[in-house]
Amino acid sequence: MKLVTGHRLFWPAVVLIALLLANLAFTPDFFAIRLRDGHLYGSLIDILHFGSPLILVALGMTLVIATGGIDLSVGSTVAIAAALACLHISESDDPGSVGTVLTAVAIALGVALLLGAANGVLVARIGVQPIIATLILMVAGRGVAQLITDGQIITVTSEPFKLIGGGYWLTVPFSILLAAAVVLFASMLTRRTALGLLLESVGGNPVASRLVGIRAAGLIGLVYVVSALCAALAGLMISSNVSAADGNNAGLWIELDAILAVVVGGTSLNGGRFSLGGTVLGALVIQTLSTTVYTIGIPPETTLVFKAVVVIAVCLVQSPVFRAKAARRKSGARHGNRPVASKKLEVGA
Amino acid sequence: MRAQPVLEVRGIRKEFPGVVALDGVDFRLFPGEVHALMGENGAGKSTLIKVLTGVYESDGGEVSLAGQTVRIGGPLEAQQAGISTVYQEVNLCPNLSVAENIFIGREPRRFGLIHWAELRRRAAASVAALDLDIDVTAPLNSHSIAVQQLVAIVRAVDVQAKVLILDEPTSSLDRDEVRQLFTVLRRLRDQGVAILFVSHFLDQIYEICDRLTILRGGRQEGEYLTSELNQTQLVAQMIGGELTGLAELADATRTEPTGTSFLRAEGLGRRGAVEPYDLAIRPGEVVGLAGLLGSGRTEAARLLFGADQSDQGTVKIDGAVTALRSPRSAIGHGIAFCSENRKTEGLVGELTVRENIVLALQAARGWTRPLSRAAQDELAIRWIRALDIRPNNPEALIRNLSGGNQQKVLLARWLITDPKLLILDEPTRGIDIGAKTQIQKLVAKLAGDGMSVLFISAELEEVLRLSHRVGVLRDHRLVAELRNDGTLTPERIMSTIASGATS
Repeated sequence: MKLVTGHRLFWPAVVLIALLLANLAFTPDFFAIRLRDGHLYGSLIDILHFGSPLILVALGMTLVIATGGIDLSVGSTVAIAAALACLHISESDDPGSVGTVLTAVAIALGVALLLGAANGVLVARIGVQPIIATLILMVAGRGVAQLITDGQIITVTSEPFKLIGGGYWLTVPFSILLAAAVVLFASMLTRRTALGLLLESVGGNPVASRLVGIRAAGLIGLVYVVSALCAALAGLMISSNVSAADGNNAGLWIELDAILAVVVGGTSLNGGRFSLGGTVLGALVIQTLSTTVYTIGIPPETTLVFKAVVVIAVCLVQSPVFRAKAARRKSGARHGNRPVASKKLEVGA
Repeated sequence: MRAQPVLEVRGIRKEFPGVVALDGVDFRLFPGEVHALMGENGAGKSTLIKVLTGVYESDGGEVSLAGQTVRIGGPLEAQQAGISTVYQEVNLCPNLSVAENIFIGREPRRFGLIHWAELRRRAAASVAALDLDIDVTAPLNSHSIAVQQLVAIVRAVDVQAKVLILDEPTSSLDRDEVRQLFTVLRRLRDQGVAILFVSHFLDQIYEICDRLTILRGGRQEGEYLTSELNQTQLVAQMIGGELTGLAELADATRTEPTGTSFLRAEGLGRRGAVEPYDLAIRPGEVVGLAGLLGSGRTEAARLLFGADQSDQGTVKIDGAVTALRSPRSAIGHGIAFCSENRKTEGLVGELTVRENIVLALQAARGWTRPLSRAAQDELAIRWIRALDIRPNNPEALIRNLSGGNQQKVLLARWLITDPKLLILDEPTRGIDIGAKTQIQKLVAKLAGDGMSVLFISAELEEVLRLSHRVGVLRDHRLVAELRNDGTLTPERIMSTIASGATS
């Protein structure tokens, strides 16, 4: 029993299942999945489909947070990637060709790589605090995206581009497959190499890491690049799904949802131990919450409050300190006067 | 002369989870004296000061001020009761003017607004009262650290302080600045202020202090007039008088390894950390570093590991001048370093024993060449067995292990990298006697197999038992290098620490 409840993924999974069951109570056919025209449909598929961009952004964010950093610029990177890809396709003579779309994707990812590298240099080489370093791009990036789109919403009609975020492949939405592939790749990258261990060491104890000879600067630079690439992919998905690039609104506030997903997934904002699986569950919890708001008919103006309450509950239930306190209160004041060590809540802010 | 102490503490007790920091400490402070609080790091000096200033609440005992028992509920109450403190790091606002710093929080007001002219006038008067010449309108950070320290004292005294506590006020000052500070202290003393002075510098204690109280391991070891106790006796009291039972050290007579040095430091130094020193270590040799805590032992070792940058002198490895720019480059040359701060500089607490063991080796390989899980398990299990690490579960989180076992994990971390020079900074501090003996045996065995070891410890017996030679540090200077030829005794090391002379 302890083995199950003690597992890192236990609480995120419990919350996700609870949310899904709550939906089932309101919508009896919530779990139903139908095959129509060779495409899978259903609420669960929708959650995965619409949650895919968030999963991608949150994955990159997890690695950044593991090093003790944070990346606020992902939303702007989403917008820039979307704008660049759509601009290239809309200006091309043959928007429907696979070649055009591949070029557009390459441009978006290439620019994201540069943006990530810029963040990495600011944080790892120059020593700017991550929250400030990435805030620069967060603010400036929106403007850059607006410049690229000339303040307009660029719409594109391109079948191959539509596939990325809105198309189906083997009956499944392509974005789900893409997200799954990136999750698989990221977990191989971190756990089949020593990258995960070294990142956790750098985030867990930077001083000790320097003294064992870990080259932290390179690793930290790398995670910001990975984070930007993930954000660019998410940007492609989002713009592809609506066949348009909106410099103003694409990926707006997604950095906050991503940070929430990471925290809900059980990775501490203090850095150190991280869990990609937890982050995927966390992102799904956030996405399910959005879906729940619609299915149980919560008035739109209270949506954010509802989200906040659930997130607070999830964080508290995951905090060992809080659980210990709750348990002590229940078992009476027998150990009441023992001072509680001033340990930070594990889930952080 | 001594009618009544201005501050008296009886039987103070302070516990932290798992540690008794102060155990029935008595302490008296008379008006018009400079009183030194002596003891090594961890002896309880800071804790006592924090109890006196209300930062900590004591768990027992009582504090009385001018004969009346008081309860000091916080730093503000302490200040109102006339106890002012100046901490090691200047605790002022560098961007504000000197005058603003002196009166911050209690500015003279007129019509509810700050009366600037009055503030400056009173600040200038306070400064002049101590015979200082400081421009009170200039920003604090336009003055030297020494002047900033003096401003902190002016501020502390200006609140009608009866007791002035100075925690390591001289650690960042040079000789002239110290003299200036002492002039101010003597003036205050003559005005009847009781001054509690904490410093690692023995000479300064003897220069300025009238009496001293010695703490060791959270207990009061005695209160003396400075003139009654010479430096050797003082050091003996601080380190601990148990110098008996050293007969078993007969095995300390050992043959000194010959051959060329693996590492040789020539004039290596770093301003503000350690004065230039020469040191050579041969393969198979154990060189001990002795000295009080804070004497520069750790700083000297960190230069050899590239953990800090030296600003003068050179390091030769196998005869070739080598720049140790970072720990990584030192590791590349076969140097390993176990820090004295296990928690902050050694362990990655949320990783497992296995992960902590392989960390240095994996860092050297880089992230793209991972050790396979099988290889990691094999290494972890082998070293857990070899060093008797408990629990013997490689997947236990290291923060849940006892200090001794954590230390063994750190040793294992470096030993699997097969270093040529192992620097151990206080490897046995705070660990139980069993683990301590095991670590000492291991060091002797490693040296026997040809590894060079630099062994730093506050326990002179331990240094003597293991070392071929002992370097003695005092006030950030390597003052002597003593051969452990069988005639070297802890007393001789102690007197060298105390006198600073090669005896």
